[in-house]
Amino acid sequence: MSKRTVELELATPGVDAQGRATRVPLTAAAEPGLAEEHMLVNIGPQHPATHGVLRLVVELDGETVVRCIPHLGYLHSGFEKLGEYRHYNQIIPLTDRTDYLSPMSNNVGFALAAETLMGIEITPRCTVLRVIACEMSRIISHMVWLGTTSIDLGAFTPFLWAFQERERIYDLQEMWTGARLTTSLTRVGGLMADIPDGFVEKLRHFTQTFPKTLAEIDGVLTRNAVWAGRTQGVGTLTAAEATNHSLSGPMLRASGVAYDVRKDKPYLGYETYDFDVVVGEHGDVFDRYLVRLEECHQSNRILQQALDRLPDGPINVDDPRVILPPKTRAMSDMEAMIFHFKQVMEGVKAPVGEAYVGIENPKGELGNYLVSDGTAKPVRWRIRPPSFINLSALPRMAEGHLLSDLIAINASVDIVMGEVDR
Amino acid sequence: MFVARDRLLEAMTWLKETPGEEFDYLVDVTAVEFRDRERPLEVVYFLRSLTRRADIRIKVELSTSDELAVDSVYHLWRGADWLEREVFDMFGITFRGHPDLRRILMWETYAEGYPLRKSFPLRGRFSRAEQVRQALNVNPEANYSLEELSIAEAAGDLPDDMRDRLRRGERGVIPEPPQ
Repeated sequence: MSKRTVELELATPGVDAQGRATRVPLTAAAEPGLAEEHMLVNIGPQHPATHGVLRLVVELDGETVVRCIPHLGYLHSGFEKLGEYRHYNQIIPLTDRTDYLSPMSNNVGFALAAETLMGIEITPRCTVLRVIACEMSRIISHMVWLGTTSIDLGAFTPFLWAFQERERIYDLQEMWTGARLTTSLTRVGGLMADIPDGFVEKLRHFTQTFPKTLAEIDGVLTRNAVWAGRTQGVGTLTAAEATNHSLSGPMLRASGVAYDVRKDKPYLGYETYDFDVVVGEHGDVFDRYLVRLEECHQSNRILQQALDRLPDGPINVDDPRVILPPKTRAMSDMEAMIFHFKQVMEGVKAPVGEAYVGIENPKGELGNYLVSDGTAKPVRWRIRPPSFINLSALPRMAEGHLLSDLIAINASVDIVMGEVDR
Repeated sequence: MFVARDRLLEAMTWLKETPGEEFDYLVDVTAVEFRDRERPLEVVYFLRSLTRRADIRIKVELSTSDELAVDSVYHLWRGADWLEREVFDMFGITFRGHPDLRRILMWETYAEGYPLRKSFPLRGRFSRAEQVRQALNVNPEANYSLEELSIAEAAGDLPDDMRDRLRRGERGVIPEPPQ
């Protein structure tokens, strides 16, 4: 390394309390070419503001981002490869671990794809319970996003409020599935378990009190000068750019494209619920915040309607080839035992064919693409990862912004590295 | 819908730009390899028209005995950037005309092949001992590409032999253990 010498001219603007002259550098006779020199800054993979193990190599001109090169793969687990060696029901625990901030929604997405592949029609009660699961996931995912993003931009209090609400949903999740994070809620053709006693009352109480927290967060952030200054006009994408970059979910809608899978390609009977698609106007970080905040209100509305209409009845389809018989019957009844044995040893067989089901996950459109060759294990299981595709627009969004804005933009994408790297 | 490999770009341009088709949104790009070794690989494109709310699935067959390469649709949909890189990374299918076709999920010096190919064993090609040896011997050179180093004008500060290796594209060559 060669040493750099910089000539400094000093000025004396005054004297300090002890009467000594204070001297400050006035101008530097800069080394030729110093102004054009770009700097290389490495952020991550172990950095709290990258929301996981994302690594960004950033080229800076002063403080302005010239180029941003993301490096991924630090959390690559090969889920898609693993899926090719597992029965359909054995894949469901893998889906928990992709987008681990909304596990129940991923479970539902995979189960719907497998059921489409096999041509299974699920029961009315199961449909409504899955809607409840999806919307609960949306709320916790958006709460984590809100909390972590506000911390990235220097607001600590909303983080505590948001995580408190998330904790209440996690308690409900634990009540229902026994797990807080790795729920594995669905099975092909139904659910792992019906909701326990007291669940409906607890969830209804949540839906009644949750809007109050949202109003508090709204009050402390939306008209906050610091928050608006850090987010408005930052990371802007027009509708055409957002479409061209294949963005989905809140990222796409914040840019003014009103596409919501729940409205435009309804699944689970979403067309029968009364809710609004939230659309932004400017496509900047602030609009993404507004869209996600309002989506929480809409999810709350859907939850209330789902609780009102929750029908009685079985949660699983009546098909012994798909659903395990009750344990007591499997131990006492010959036929039930045979079905139990065949399902555990051979798995549920799917016909030759393929199915793609996209659902509106909190992060965007989660697609599950299954190709079957008639055996009990898929030939190919592809996840369309919404945050992976949303993140691919990051270099484009960050260009020309300050380094500190890069943190805001990266936060606004709402990435989960478990899903980006899979 | 199947499209011949040579006419893919033509068909895709038509689908995107013809009034009445307007498939302006690329949902996903992926590839499928079947357990039957005789069957060709398929590259699958999911397209959507946001204006017409319509979906279409386009497939291109690639024979395994042939060169695994198709034209890139990067210039039609920018969203294809990382999706095509992922297919290249996982299946070894080359996308002609992609401006930056590098591995994305695996690291650039990954030498075991293409993980989602059926010929790739579930636990990887190398033995566990070899994988551990490589992980422990990771060369810090591999952390930055020569291009990235040149941003900081740090390439000039490297030892000569290291710079030569980087220039030849030998990033992160694992040194043989001392005897």
